[in-house]
Amino acid sequence: MAEKGHGTGAHTGADGGHGGGFPPFESSTFASQLVSLTIAFVALYLIVSRIALPRVESVIGARQKAIEGDLAQAQALKDESESAIKAYETELASARARAQAIGNETREKLNAASEAERKKLEDQLTARLAGAEKQIAATRQNAMSNVRGIAADAASAIVQRLTGALPDSKTVNSAVDASLKG
Amino acid sequence: MKIDPIHQFDIEPLFTIGQIGKQTIAFTNSSLYMFLSVAVISLLMIGGMARGQLVPGRLQSIAEISYEFVASTIRSTAGSEGLKFFPLIFSLFMFICISNLIGIIPYTFTVSSHIIVTAALAFLVFFTVLIYGLYKNGLKFFKIFVPSGVPIYILPLVMFIEVLSFFLRPVSHSVRLFANMLAGHIALKVFAGFVAMLGVSLGTIGWIGGMLPLALTVALTALELLVAFLQAYVFAILTCIYLNDAIHPGH
Repeated sequence: MAEKGHGTGAHTGADGGHGGGFPPFESSTFASQLVSLTIAFVALYLIVSRIALPRVESVIGARQKAIEGDLAQAQALKDESESAIKAYETELASARARAQAIGNETREKLNAASEAERKKLEDQLTARLAGAEKQIAATRQNAMSNVRGIAADAASAIVQRLTGALPDSKTVNSAVDASLKG
Repeated sequence: MKIDPIHQFDIEPLFTIGQIGKQTIAFTNSSLYMFLSVAVISLLMIGGMARGQLVPGRLQSIAEISYEFVASTIRSTAGSEGLKFFPLIFSLFMFICISNLIGIIPYTFTVSSHIIVTAALAFLVFFTVLIYGLYKNGLKFFKIFVPSGVPIYILPLVMFIEVLSFFLRPVSHSVRLFANMLAGHIALKVFAGFVAMLGVSLGTIGWIGGMLPLALTVALTALELLVAFLQAYVFAILTCIYLNDAIHPGH
């Protein structure tokens, strides 16, 4: 402060000359003001540097820490929820795959069963068809042989009516056979 | 009615503290407002932060904004190394700002309207820069007088100007604040005086005519509010810039 007093003293010596009654240039008040200013400013500096600024710093630091902590927690929760979603999705996908597999298996099983059923039925039907054809053939054979007898009888009767004589059954039979064949 | 716009700057001794040599040291109205400013700042910074809430209230917000404002000013002008001088710059800024703001209240005294106060603060900054610059950089500190990239033949001239401007810094630093506060308060007083003068001398017409200077007084008060803060800011930012020279003399 001594240096300052000196420096400003030189200043005001010049100013004070033509300042007259202007209070800011009245050098008699300078010492009092400088003493007060020194005490006040040193006190302010000490209060600010020792108490006020560290206090503000700690509060701002605490807030920063709280914000960072909250953000970290939020991030952790977000990560957790994301992993949960991922787990859910994989679970869902595997369940879907399993369902598909079960569906396919069931379908194949049912297909195979129905195929077998169908085959059995077909075989049965084929067998029955063959039986029926055989029966039809037998019936036809039978009917054809009956036709021959009837034709022979009819031929004999017709010849007897036309000629009055019973024809030889052998001749009639061969004639019927020939006409049946033809 | 006589207008005396200078009366407001009178120093009135309230009581005597002691004596240095022949000089009487008194506790004056100026002293009162200096200590009042210190008290207001302490109340704001300590009282406001007393609870230290996570979500700040009004007073705590003001304290924190002041802190952040000064800190960011230092960081942008003098870099992180300038934060060494944070308490000093914060004290300067708050002291000037609060004493100026108190000074706007009618019937109060404005501490920084006296050249001796602003000069003392300016020299405090000047010697801080000088001593810290020499202590930290030694003789390299004088590089601030030799800007790089200047042709050799005009270097002496540039150096002369740089040295001159360096030693004129405390003058400009102090006179700027002093003159602003002085002029602002004189203007306020003059315009406010017109209102009363017109009213007293011209009667009813005068009271009506006085509305114009009254409006001007209101506007000037608003302007002074801005100036009070702005000059404190200018003082602080110039301090930062000067300190930047001491921290990084190469620039």
